[in-house]
Amino acid sequence: MSNPVSALNGQSYDGFAKITEIGPMGMITLRCDLAEKPVAAALKKLGLSVPAPRRIAKAGARSVGWMSPDELLLILPYAEVAATLETLNKALAKLHFLAADVSDARAVFRIEGDKANQVLAKLCPVDLAMLEPNELRRTRAAQVAAAFWAEDGGYTLVSFRSVAGYVMGLLTVSSAKGAEI
Amino acid sequence: MSTRLQKGGRLIDRSTRAEFTFNGKRMSGHAGDTLASALLANDQMLVGRSFKYHRPRGIVAAGPEEPNALVNLGRGERLEPNQRATTTELFAGLMASSQNHWPSLEFDVGVANNYVSRFLPAGFYYKTFIHPRAAWKHVFEPIIRQSAGLGSAPKDPDADRYEYVYAFCDLLIIGGGIAGLNAALAAGQSGKRVMLIEQTAHWGGRAVVDGDEVEGESAEDWVKSAVDALKTMKNVTMRNRCMGAGVYDHGYVLANERVADHTPMDGRPKQRVWRIRAGHIITATGAIERPLSFAGNDIPGVMLAASVRDYVVNFAVSPGDRTVVVTNNDDAYLTAIALVGAGVSVPAILDARTNVTGDLPARARAMGIRIEAGRGIASVKGGKRVTGVQVCLQAGEGAVLEEIACDAVAMSGGWSPVVHLWSHCGGKLNWSETLSAFVPDASRPPLNHDGAAMVTAVGAAAGIYRAADIITGEAGTQAPVPPVWVMPQGAPIALRSKMWLDYQNDVKVSDVQLAAREGYESVEHTKRYTTLGMATDQGKLSNINGLAVLSSALGAEIPQVGTTTFRPPYTPVTIGALAGEARGEIFQPLRRTPMHAWHEENHAYMEPVGLWRRPYCYPRSGETHAQAVHREVKNTRENLGLLDASTLGKIIVKGPDAGRFMDMLYTNMMSTLPIGKCRYGLMCNEQGFLSDDGVVARIDEDTWLCHTTSGGADRIHAWMEDWLQCEWWDWKVYTANVTEQYAQIAVVGPNARKLLEKIGGMDVSAETLPFMQWADGNLGGFAVRVYRISFSGELSYEIAIPASHGAAFWALLHAEGAEFGAMPYGTECLHVLRAEKGFIMIGDETDGTVTPLDLGLSWAVSKKKADFLGKRGMERTFLADPDRWQLVGLETLDGSVLPDGCYAVAQGTNENGQKNTEGRVTSTYYSPTLNKGIAMGLVKHGPARMGQVVEMNKVDGSTVKARIVDPVFFDKAGEKPNV
Repeated sequence: MSNPVSALNGQSYDGFAKITEIGPMGMITLRCDLAEKPVAAALKKLGLSVPAPRRIAKAGARSVGWMSPDELLLILPYAEVAATLETLNKALAKLHFLAADVSDARAVFRIEGDKANQVLAKLCPVDLAMLEPNELRRTRAAQVAAAFWAEDGGYTLVSFRSVAGYVMGLLTVSSAKGAEI
Repeated sequence: MSTRLQKGGRLIDRSTRAEFTFNGKRMSGHAGDTLASALLANDQMLVGRSFKYHRPRGIVAAGPEEPNALVNLGRGERLEPNQRATTTELFAGLMASSQNHWPSLEFDVGVANNYVSRFLPAGFYYKTFIHPRAAWKHVFEPIIRQSAGLGSAPKDPDADRYEYVYAFCDLLIIGGGIAGLNAALAAGQSGKRVMLIEQTAHWGGRAVVDGDEVEGESAEDWVKSAVDALKTMKNVTMRNRCMGAGVYDHGYVLANERVADHTPMDGRPKQRVWRIRAGHIITATGAIERPLSFAGNDIPGVMLAASVRDYVVNFAVSPGDRTVVVTNNDDAYLTAIALVGAGVSVPAILDARTNVTGDLPARARAMGIRIEAGRGIASVKGGKRVTGVQVCLQAGEGAVLEEIACDAVAMSGGWSPVVHLWSHCGGKLNWSETLSAFVPDASRPPLNHDGAAMVTAVGAAAGIYRAADIITGEAGTQAPVPPVWVMPQGAPIALRSKMWLDYQNDVKVSDVQLAAREGYESVEHTKRYTTLGMATDQGKLSNINGLAVLSSALGAEIPQVGTTTFRPPYTPVTIGALAGEARGEIFQPLRRTPMHAWHEENHAYMEPVGLWRRPYCYPRSGETHAQAVHREVKNTRENLGLLDASTLGKIIVKGPDAGRFMDMLYTNMMSTLPIGKCRYGLMCNEQGFLSDDGVVARIDEDTWLCHTTSGGADRIHAWMEDWLQCEWWDWKVYTANVTEQYAQIAVVGPNARKLLEKIGGMDVSAETLPFMQWADGNLGGFAVRVYRISFSGELSYEIAIPASHGAAFWALLHAEGAEFGAMPYGTECLHVLRAEKGFIMIGDETDGTVTPLDLGLSWAVSKKKADFLGKRGMERTFLADPDRWQLVGLETLDGSVLPDGCYAVAQGTNENGQKNTEGRVTSTYYSPTLNKGIAMGLVKHGPARMGQVVEMNKVDGSTVKARIVDPVFFDKAGEKPNV
């Protein structure tokens, strides 16, 4: 099999904030009753626990984000996806659940720099001053669905893969030098 | 003449000159000037022509209320029409030109309208251009369009960029005068998140110009320390050059920041639209001075009194050597005092009030300024510039007592609080007899979600004018402003028809009075009939005067007549700013498949499919699109075609109740589909109309994979979730839209299997992987899922592969397929292939009014199932009617291709005189396989009329004969895919 290629193959832009398309990144959508014990047990095997509503919890190279009352997003190294899906399928076998590989359905961006928040403020109707630590914020970036969280002194933003070029365009225009708010 | 004074000018920097041009003429101003102050400093009082009569127009105001001084700013890709000179900050190299004149500003032939103005009263167009009907389109409208209009529309794409920013605060204060600053200080100190915006480049508003005293300090000092204090507060955000444009429900406010209007091409966005969500809103938007209605009040040189003061104090510009002040209130005396203080002459103050007392008149008297009580202006003398005024008694009919030579007139008819933003969301107003103005009624504010007030008006915007009162928030005893709506009170028609209410749209006192006589009682109707307040200034100067004239003509009280509706934006916002970042490449999201770049590199001609772009065809050098499509069709039928089908919707449905759910979603039975097999299915909406179709694959005991149309993926996923979350919330079913996880490639044609066998990795033989089955495996080292399904009537494999490997696998198929004649094909070839097979296409054969039964798909509509979405809808009498048009094939007798969307013509005409119809074409193509036109269509009793000939209409009015045939034109037995 060839090496996986992310939507923009690592494109980047240096404006007043630095924009980088990262990935490919492993992602698994897990839909289930979050209160079920096997769910917590399965996450524990991955070093994770069930996140509180609108939070993302990180452990090493893996994180798990709360997407909705019955949906989690597992983020992990791309190479671990198949094995992790197998683990989940076994651990949750007795439950009603759905686990699907969505790694390739997404594009992931890093927005870094002192004024990274300004880039997002131009695109997302989010009160960034009130964004809490480890908050996973589902929102929109201009005309498309997006989710982001603060991490390592910047933000990580996820969109759908097909609109990666559009999102890169948005982030580029919004971080152009001279456009600081 | 208007000129720059030797001293003063608090906003200008005399050490910095800024050269600019007006109508090509070189002029010079200072940093800190507005375009208007710089024009006046260069004695350019005449700045435009009026809309209808092309009368000379001069600068009237100094702020956003300016109706006359609109200019074309810049040129080419930076041309902006209708820019107000009074709010345009001067910069070196600015190019402005006046509007609405021909051939020149100084000499305009359109002014002929002025001399026939008594034949052009209110409603002139409505009355005159009604007959003959055809003349409107061909004669009247073109001529009127030529003579009307203001600035010239830009023809080049805008070279600047714009953006949005989303902001949130507890308290948004709109207006940075002392009322706004005072509110910001209080809220800032209380720790609230505060945002304070001001439309001009400067803080402090009028108080600074008028030299008010605030809390024992000069306004200048007070404002400076307030601004300094606010700047130290981390919880306070201040933006100047930021206009509060509109207030909307739930504390939502739009504001427009002119970031780089005054520093063009400095790399910053030109403007920025702030989309603010505020817990509470304070409008500290001040007040606008009203003109007085006297004959000739539109002659250049007649200005608002406070604006004259602004020019003197802020920019050291005097509008004239001799300025007559005319007023009905004390405030205008400040102007006379400022002018005399600056060393220019005020020959007289004409005060409409008979009894003039008060501190300011006393100060003016003490300075030796002549004050005439009970007097008004009968008429202003002059053409392109004021030369004098004729004085009369305000109480009389305009008999001239005296003529005073002057070159400027400063008028004040009192003040109107800026209630626009208060009113946008339903804040109510009271008429103040004392102030002769509408003021916000604090007991009837616009309401928030919780029923509490969403907006509070403060300062002059609340009708509180004195600085001391503004700080306490309590209106003390207000100085009364007697109503003076017409000057003189008993002016005859000759004078009234020279009294301008709306300068920009040329509406006069006599026009409003005529409208009242003609039966226009509602202020909203009068506005539209006379065009009062409908110009780009939205009646900031004219509305109150106009409705006062209307009310007196109707014999009604002003509050009974009421105001017109205040609508956002407060001042015009350029479309570029409203578009924000959405232009060019990011005007709209463009969805790309993993193979998109390959398509572009291989010269695909792309077409939009929803937000996707899909290859329509891949023309080779010298080929037309039609030739390319024909080649792709033939090659796919004879050799091997490769299609990027990644856009196809893919939705996983899983759970113990998934089978039951699938049986409800689809019209046919899906719960019985064996694991490993595929089945074509239809989805209807509740009305029974066909909504989407596609192949379903049974993955395991409780998992199905639904393929949807390319445009339907998101909609169908939302449709599933809607039913699961709102109606069948207790069913154990989860869905996941994995459309973008997979690239999907259709390998189609007689050589399809040969290619896959060459690549190798899994058994794709007819025995192991028969038609309508799927299998997981690998091909050429790629992990794939292969579906043996066909939308072309050929041997076909649809291969799903994770998107990040899609491009590599697509390239492999082309490389290895070359020896088998592999060629990519586009959507048009796909359409021709499916039409040759009589396969329906959602969106072609369906349009939201077509049922599966109309399309002859009764075999896919279960009779066994107790229920499915659309079952009951389909059973309604109209949908079960045997007379409904039904799907058939159509072949022209001459082999030509039927026009898209043509109708089958029936006998007779309907009640509208149109020909009756008995069917229509839904898909029509040239078939390269059969060398003739083929079509599908819906025809009344169609399937029962096989072999009959119908007349199909053509665009040129003629008809073409077509025979009704079986919609399956090619391989009727279906043997080709099943090998």
